[in-house]
Amino acid sequence: MRKLLILAVAATLPWVVAACGETPTVTVYKQGQYQGKPDKRPWDNDQFKNDRGAWEKSVKARNLGQNEYVRIGGG
Amino acid sequence: MARMKFLADAERCIECNGCVTACKQEHEIPWGVNRRRVVTLNDGIPGEKSISVACMHCSDAPCMAVCPVDCFYKTTEGVVLHDKDLCIGCGYCFYACPFGAPQFPQDGAFGLRGKMDKCTFCAGGPEPDHSADEMKKYGRNRLAEGKLPACAEMCATKALLGGDSDVIADIYRNRVLKRGKGSEVWGWGTAYGKPDRPAAKPGA
Repeated sequence: MRKLLILAVAATLPWVVAACGETPTVTVYKQGQYQGKPDKRPWDNDQFKNDRGAWEKSVKARNLGQNEYVRIGGG
Repeated sequence: MARMKFLADAERCIECNGCVTACKQEHEIPWGVNRRRVVTLNDGIPGEKSISVACMHCSDAPCMAVCPVDCFYKTTEGVVLHDKDLCIGCGYCFYACPFGAPQFPQDGAFGLRGKMDKCTFCAGGPEPDHSADEMKKYGRNRLAEGKLPACAEMCATKALLGGDSDVIADIYRNRVLKRGKGSEVWGWGTAYGKPDRPAAKPGA
């Protein structure tokens, strides 16, 4: 009888303790992967012929052209 | 080359909406869609400030995070773009974006919501460069022509800077150090000349 009681307690104990458990409720975000079509790089075209340096030079000249202190002097 | 960014200088913006017009014209943007707009704080009150707002091409873009179909991608230059063929027009990106950049064209009698449209930093999209499809879906690809966004290049007062973040940050830093205030502002003497009688000092 005593053995049966111990066995019954041992069997029900995990169920009783399980109620005290806590499962995470906040979803952890995982960055998805782009699913669309591939895009070419801006220098990969007829104008720059895959020459990244030439493209960067062109963009840099335009970048610096935004600084009017240098562009029209007086700075 | 560092990441491509926009930088808006509220001290210089005169709310001319030239950037908005340049964007509309360059990409043939339909009615009701504004990839760029000018927001004015304290409008009509002396000291009002205006700032030009569009997609800021965030380093950690929330639109990319929430898109259920993962139609966003980031180029090597840090420009956030998306594939319109994949977009389902759900509008999650609009809720996620702190700048209200995603736009949704409406069509038909019931104003059906179309696929998302936003600033591309004039870098087109995932279609062959300078093709009719790219122009129709994403607008002109100025970056592939070695040019910068039309809005920034068009800005008359250079309140809106666009391009390599290191370079435009240097331009802005240099500007802040040199521009001064009041009649010390750079260009003031050229525009208005020097005062005949300098303002009397207090207590004189």
